Amino acid sequence: MSPEERFDAIVAAEDKVEPADWMPEAYRKTLIRQIAQHAHSEVIGMQPEANWIARAPTLHRKAILMAKVQDEAGHGLYLYSAAETLGVERDELQELLHRGRHKYSSIFNYPTLSWADIGTIGWLVDGAAITNQVMLTRCSFGPYARAMVRICKEESFHQRQGYEILIRLCQGSAEQKAMAQDALDRWWWPSLMMFGPHDTDSTHTEQSMQWKIKRVSNDDLRQQFVDMTVPQAGYLGLTIPDPELRWNEERGHHDFGEIDWDEFWAVVKGNGPMNRDRVEHKVKAWEEGAWVREAATAHAARKAGRTAA
Amino acid sequence: MTYDVPVAPGESADIDEGTELSAEPWPMWEVFVRAHRGLSHVHIGSLHAADAESALQNARDVYTRRGEGASLWVVRSSEIHSFDPDEISGYVEANEKVYRLATTYDIPDEVGQM
Repeated sequence: MSPEERFDAIVAAEDKVEPADWMPEAYRKTLIRQIAQHAHSEVIGMQPEANWIARAPTLHRKAILMAKVQDEAGHGLYLYSAAETLGVERDELQELLHRGRHKYSSIFNYPTLSWADIGTIGWLVDGAAITNQVMLTRCSFGPYARAMVRICKEESFHQRQGYEILIRLCQGSAEQKAMAQDALDRWWWPSLMMFGPHDTDSTHTEQSMQWKIKRVSNDDLRQQFVDMTVPQAGYLGLTIPDPELRWNEERGHHDFGEIDWDEFWAVVKGNGPMNRDRVEHKVKAWEEGAWVREAATAHAARKAGRTAA
Repeated sequence: MTYDVPVAPGESADIDEGTELSAEPWPMWEVFVRAHRGLSHVHIGSLHAADAESALQNARDVYTRRGEGASLWVVRSSEIHSFDPDEISGYVEANEKVYRLATTYDIPDEVGQM
């Protein structure tokens, strides 16, 4: 059996491809690119939420939000580790992010303007992430699939804490409920954009599905997310900002309006409200941490010298 | 949500490997966690750290935030030597030595459980 036939057989048998296995170069590159973008998203995703740590309404909410932001850092690390099994250095990937050569999920290029945004991010953004990540636990590349299992376990806390914030706001004063509605109005469409272009316009989908990196198409995942979310909005008494949204008895799914694809591509290309700030802040944090990394390296070297002596 | 990277019309989809780094990255460590007493340590992931002490601290923060571990090991990744039977053709053909398997022996029902 040639290495290529062996690879195809592993994928066909729903077995996992492991780092030491032969794999097509394009498979390896696609994975590095996707896992890196996923890792960058977790790390950049800390910023919009960290924006509210100091202003969380209670000590309890502050502690929850800090735990959530810490989880995102951990998710970034699991993912960089998975990418590193493919023969790239984490620092290398990070450098590409800093230089604007690598992307992260566009959703994090929107600002968090009110406390209700924190609830809405947990509910919708983490909800959309879970929809995708549950699929990725069945990805053909072992280290990526395993990282997803860990992440999904923690992600459930993220979504539930967000929804609970919104329950409290929606049961509160008229102003609080209006704040929740405003957040939904601003985050709804960007959340749908998280699933990417239509299947017909998605350059990667077909190959990725053949390789079983991806198991469900963008449009199918988006539909799944809408169907799941509509009743949740109903429970909150909030209105989803889409006049075309309605249940389609025949399809057994909700119909919904068209995404503003001009906005989608503008943000992807770097022209969203927060693109520049996010990367600038990331680079600044990395540079300001240089002395800590140097000190730890020096300390380790000195200790090693002492043991040897 | 999708983590495929959307490529805008006119953009290059190439990834750029081999980027120069300003400083040598910290070495990599493999992390093993014993979930409960009575179980073996199981590999859970890896991380970078300057030394064993900080590797353990980081491992605790990253991999056991929800009480997942009763014990942690970290090992320098470069100290792990591996062998993959799949890679060597003609390595012990375990499947041919079926007589090693208990199920290949016929024991009469009357004898009972064995």
